[in-house]
Amino acid sequence: MTEPDYLNSAYTLRSWFFTTDHKRIAILYFATLIGFFFIGGAAATAIRIELATPQADLVSSDTYNRLFTMHGVIMVWFFLIPSIPNTLGNFIVPLMIGARDLAFPRLNLMSWYLFIAGGSVTLFAILAGGIDTGWTFYTPFSTLYSNSYVIVAVTGIFIAGFSSILTGLNFIATVHRLRAPGLTWYRLPLFIWSLYATSVILVLATPVLAITLVLLATERFLGVGIFDPRIGGDPLLFQHLFWFYSHPAVYIMILPGMGVVNELISCFSRKPVFGYKFVAWASLAIAAVGFLVWGHHMFVSGQSLLASLVFSFMSFIVAVPSAIKVFNWTATLHKGSLRFDAPMLYALAFLGLFTIGGLTGLFLACLAFDVHATDTYFVVAHFHYIMVGGMVTAYFGGLHYWWPKITGRLYSEYWARTAAVLIFFGFNLTFFPQFVLGAEGMPRRYHVYPPEFQVWNVLSSGGATILAAAYLLPMFYLGYSLFFGRRAPANPWDAPGLEWQTPSPPPEFNFESQPVVTRAPYQYGPDFAAEPQNA
Amino acid sequence: MWRQWIPFWRPGVSPYGGDVDLLFAGLLLASALVLGLLFFLLIVFCVRYRAGNPTDRGHRVKKSWHWEVGWTSASLVIFLLLFVWGSSVYLEIYQKPQGELSVFVVAKQWMWKVQHPGGQSEINSLHMPVNRPVRLVMASQDVIHSFFIPALRLKHDVVPGRYQSLEVEAVTAGHYHLFCAEYCGTDHSGMIGEIVAMEPADYAKWLNDQGPANSLAREGGALFRELGCSGCHAANSSVHAPLLEGLYGKPVPLSDGSTVTADDKYIRDSILLPRSQVAAGYQPVMPSFEGKVSEDQLLRLVTYIKSLADRAP
Repeated sequence: MTEPDYLNSAYTLRSWFFTTDHKRIAILYFATLIGFFFIGGAAATAIRIELATPQADLVSSDTYNRLFTMHGVIMVWFFLIPSIPNTLGNFIVPLMIGARDLAFPRLNLMSWYLFIAGGSVTLFAILAGGIDTGWTFYTPFSTLYSNSYVIVAVTGIFIAGFSSILTGLNFIATVHRLRAPGLTWYRLPLFIWSLYATSVILVLATPVLAITLVLLATERFLGVGIFDPRIGGDPLLFQHLFWFYSHPAVYIMILPGMGVVNELISCFSRKPVFGYKFVAWASLAIAAVGFLVWGHHMFVSGQSLLASLVFSFMSFIVAVPSAIKVFNWTATLHKGSLRFDAPMLYALAFLGLFTIGGLTGLFLACLAFDVHATDTYFVVAHFHYIMVGGMVTAYFGGLHYWWPKITGRLYSEYWARTAAVLIFFGFNLTFFPQFVLGAEGMPRRYHVYPPEFQVWNVLSSGGATILAAAYLLPMFYLGYSLFFGRRAPANPWDAPGLEWQTPSPPPEFNFESQPVVTRAPYQYGPDFAAEPQNA
Repeated sequence: MWRQWIPFWRPGVSPYGGDVDLLFAGLLLASALVLGLLFFLLIVFCVRYRAGNPTDRGHRVKKSWHWEVGWTSASLVIFLLLFVWGSSVYLEIYQKPQGELSVFVVAKQWMWKVQHPGGQSEINSLHMPVNRPVRLVMASQDVIHSFFIPALRLKHDVVPGRYQSLEVEAVTAGHYHLFCAEYCGTDHSGMIGEIVAMEPADYAKWLNDQGPANSLAREGGALFRELGCSGCHAANSSVHAPLLEGLYGKPVPLSDGSTVTADDKYIRDSILLPRSQVAAGYQPVMPSFEGKVSEDQLLRLVTYIKSLADRAP
């Protein structure tokens, strides 16, 4: 009789809600995030239905404004930022580096409770009447003019921010201290490098958001002049502070996705990632330079011309490491032995969609074009290509890749591939028309719009229908596999990573004996099976 | 004309519109090449190196650094070219306004209020002559708005608490959309209007047809007396206050030793925050008019003081 796996070690509610096992905490996050994804997705659905016609017909303007605010707030802070780090990261990081748990298991549980607390407060703000400021909370609208639950919502985000900070700290400490014997930095899987870079941003940027939100609440609640010019404040100060967090936050949202894609492309090409060190350091370069580009959100705000020039320049620079990654992933395919299992389909979709998102980011970094395109649907399309086409696709890819490890079950490959293909086409049909809309000049956050924009909006809404259905599909076949799926072997993909060298699902303490690492990652190939890594 | 080749794209009608369109075309072309290359490689690799396909997989590229250096420097060079290109057109768009025709724009939830110097006012529309630069002086009464004319490839935020000058010019007569591009509350999407670019003769006729109106400067003069400004800023006043005749556009020495130019912004700030920039030789005794005058009134006062520029102090 072997050790029971982490799912079977205990069944009580207490064993779940007071667990310090990183794997169980990951499951808690999974369940929570599914809820938030559907709330945010429901808001998006309502928005796309409303925009199918130029007039207002489904909801009032006030409701529409609350819908897109809710969509943004929920998706950014309660889905995208915690998505890969807190679920897949929580589950896989200790397994990948041969550790029994994260460095601070109780802090990990506390992070989840903070996240739940922050999420509940924000949900309360939404249920009580909503927030109509947009997820960006621009002042003085948010401090003086908005009649909605701004303070409650920012309190929720403030609390959830501490969950981010603590998770980042936990990952940094874990990667430094708990690597298995022989697992040097250059033997780490690139997923770890990505999450490490993400954690650095989480720890350094999130406090600035916390400060900004406190200042906002202070002005709104106590009338202290900080951002409102009527009482001596400066509205642009808010934008500087907000984007100092929120631009790096974009990298919080995409770096973990890039990390997952390294694992997928390598595994299904049966080859090491091309240019390992370049990809690894590109992650850290993105994290570092990402702190110096926030002003590109303010090219038309009235900041000085010199500031705009500097921020435009830095924005082009930060695109270089992303370009390096795309080239390296493509080169990884060269002379590989490619299999097109569902995770690989997601990885390839990521490659295409992320590249489109990245290239259109260059359009927006280009000052003169940004004057025309900023605050239009061009921007909306651009960041959805990165956040949804990139991050969410990678998340689904990672979820399918590690699903057998996490649940011990195999899903239906046929349905998983169908969903991947549907997501790719549905996504493009939803968001590509928005590039055209933006280039033609349709501003974002418009409840009603001139009729000439209708054709593209109808296409986009049609695509959204496909996309919504495609996102629902995994609920069914993954849910089905939980109960009726075939038992997964320890290593269904024949992968050399440490997480595959322990049973699926893993035992409570991950490994029966301490693994020792003797070689670089991604050693796929015919000789790999003969050389077990688990010493 | 090449600009018609960009799908779904109507050429810009500002003097620099062609430059923005050319930049857009350049970006599209560069992206299409990169994307084309990427998709070509993806398809070729996916077909040729699919598992089970017997093909040469030997001699894999082992040393990667020269590839890395190659594509890193190639990206960098292309990005720098795009940066220089985009920046040069940007400086062209946001050049310092030269036009002598000044029009005031007040943005408020949820309308654009336009004041012509002759006193004609309009809401959610802006009539302007073609081929003549118009200097817009924009202010917001409440939250941040953004003045966006897609056809002119022009946009600028209107931030409360400051004047924003912007030069607009249309080269082709016509009606163009005016949008608020910065989210500003309930009726954000209703804060739209149109730009009517007219031949100079039509424009002159339009101005005339607006009926007799007091010029902004005259209304400003009336306000100047009504609000009691004239009680101090007059030659025969018992209060020692600077005279405003001949002030506009001149350098003003300040009590802290620095000098500012008496432009719209300085005059506006001096009304709202009189103690922040005190003219040298005067006591900071003027009360603030913050909250007592609206943006509409402010721009009338500024126009009035501007109209005194040619008078001897």
